[in-house]
Amino acid sequence: MEKWENNRAWFLILPVFVIVAFSAIIPLMTVVNYSVQDILGPGQRIFVGTEWFREMLTNSRLHDALIKQLIFSGLVLLIEIPLGIAIALTMPHKGWTASVCLVLLALPLLIPWNVIGTIWIIFTRPDIGLFGATINTLGLAFDHTANPLHAWITVLLMEVWHWTPLVVLLAYAGLRSIPDAYYQAAKIDGASRWAVFRYIQLPKMRGVLTIAVLLRFMDSFLIYAEPFVLTGGGPGNATTFLSIYLVKLSTAMDLGPAAAFSIIYFLIVLLFCWIFYQALQAVGTGDKS
Amino acid sequence: MRKRHFILVFYLILLMLPIYWMLNMSLRTNADIMRSFELFPSSMTLDNYIKIFSDSSWYSGYINSMIYVSINTVISLVTALPAAYAFSRFRFIGDKHVFFWLLTNRMAPPAVFLLPFFQLYSTFGLIDTHIAVALAHCLFNVPLAVWILEGFMSGVPREIDETAFIDGYSFPRFFLAVFIPLIRAGIGVTAFFCFMFSWVELLLARTLTTTVAKPIAATMTRTVSASGLDWGLLAAAGILTIVPGALVIWFVRNHLAKGFALGRV
Repeated sequence: MEKWENNRAWFLILPVFVIVAFSAIIPLMTVVNYSVQDILGPGQRIFVGTEWFREMLTNSRLHDALIKQLIFSGLVLLIEIPLGIAIALTMPHKGWTASVCLVLLALPLLIPWNVIGTIWIIFTRPDIGLFGATINTLGLAFDHTANPLHAWITVLLMEVWHWTPLVVLLAYAGLRSIPDAYYQAAKIDGASRWAVFRYIQLPKMRGVLTIAVLLRFMDSFLIYAEPFVLTGGGPGNATTFLSIYLVKLSTAMDLGPAAAFSIIYFLIVLLFCWIFYQALQAVGTGDKS
Repeated sequence: MRKRHFILVFYLILLMLPIYWMLNMSLRTNADIMRSFELFPSSMTLDNYIKIFSDSSWYSGYINSMIYVSINTVISLVTALPAAYAFSRFRFIGDKHVFFWLLTNRMAPPAVFLLPFFQLYSTFGLIDTHIAVALAHCLFNVPLAVWILEGFMSGVPREIDETAFIDGYSFPRFFLAVFIPLIRAGIGVTAFFCFMFSWVELLLARTLTTTVAKPIAATMTRTVSASGLDWGLLAAAGILTIVPGALVIWFVRNHLAKGFALGRV
């Protein structure tokens, strides 16, 4: 399927271009500007070139936070994408049960992020929280405020709880837009359930799954409010992810290094999203041929 | 079939546990929450909800949030629909680059960007207005809307467009009468996601507002006081933040669930 070539299509995307560029370009330029200057006070700025970038690239705590962040986002994708697809496949296709499922799935997504962290503080408290108390009744000593591993599990669990519904909703909407004719054809051919999933459902979900992977990657990579409220980056630095470290840095030092850090951070997210995007596009075209 | 339903029900129950706990907390006083573990609140009270509904600094937060979220959702959908159609159907100079550039606007860590944002919007005199927050949220919602809608539009065979044009439909009429009904599911999902991401966003909304347009998520940080957090009040406010979004998804659920029937043209 070759797309129609027509440069007048630019008129259709012009409104989007203008509205996004309005908020995007000037702030980005300003941050780039900060990143090459030493800002001493109002009107007192010294051009320092790439000094902040060099300082940030050799900062060992940044490397530490980056590795933690990569592991975290990797785990998030590995858990949430398959789980989300699996749940979407089990959902009823129509009727009031489907409506109830959709509404229930949406609930965790609608709570402001700072509130999620706060609720989980109580939820995981061993003395007065449901989760903490249940784990303790099972005889497991669980304390996310002292044990780094437990802190990780708690933050990961909160993240999976909070965001898997997003993957489910996207995958479900993708599944619902597959015409019945495809299933009927598969039935006539005597295709197995796995074959239907592999050759009809999965390729047809490629578009929504690309978005799900990219969204989950970038949002988990930029995660701030939930772990910050729940653990404050601790115990020690166990859950100090990149953005928590960035905020610590930007409040402790002046804007220059923090801006350089932001640019590097942004470029890392960009690089990974580009790789995921290209990989998923390639997989899709492979299926069609 | 039995096993499938069992898995789904089990997952939904796990999903509801933290929300149940929030509901549980919202029906108890702060002292009661901190004192003991109770699976079902023994002394229920609606004080937390009464306080929110009787204090205008609380409920105006909900109204402000709803105003800018609605403006944002409408702007996002109206601008993204034609753009997504262009990306799914046409090849033009810079199409792939613009498409990916749109999404890069979601990829910047917000912390350091807040100051330039504040400066930009104060230059235009927009600070503390609903439209400022709605516009700022377009930065991440419009790209998302374009991407989701493009995915759904690409799933519609291009023969439908060709047939419609041969039948003598003009482009606007084809788009509104034929094409949009075909991607209802996509529009429903997109509207919900725009609503959701704008509703829960805190940093930009808090930076761009002071009093008149202050969102509910920022109001909630008020529960932190010298005596610690008022957990009950916070939980009640949290329960109430879920309600508008739950209504939105209830209205779009049929568009989500019905999918679309081909061959309507």
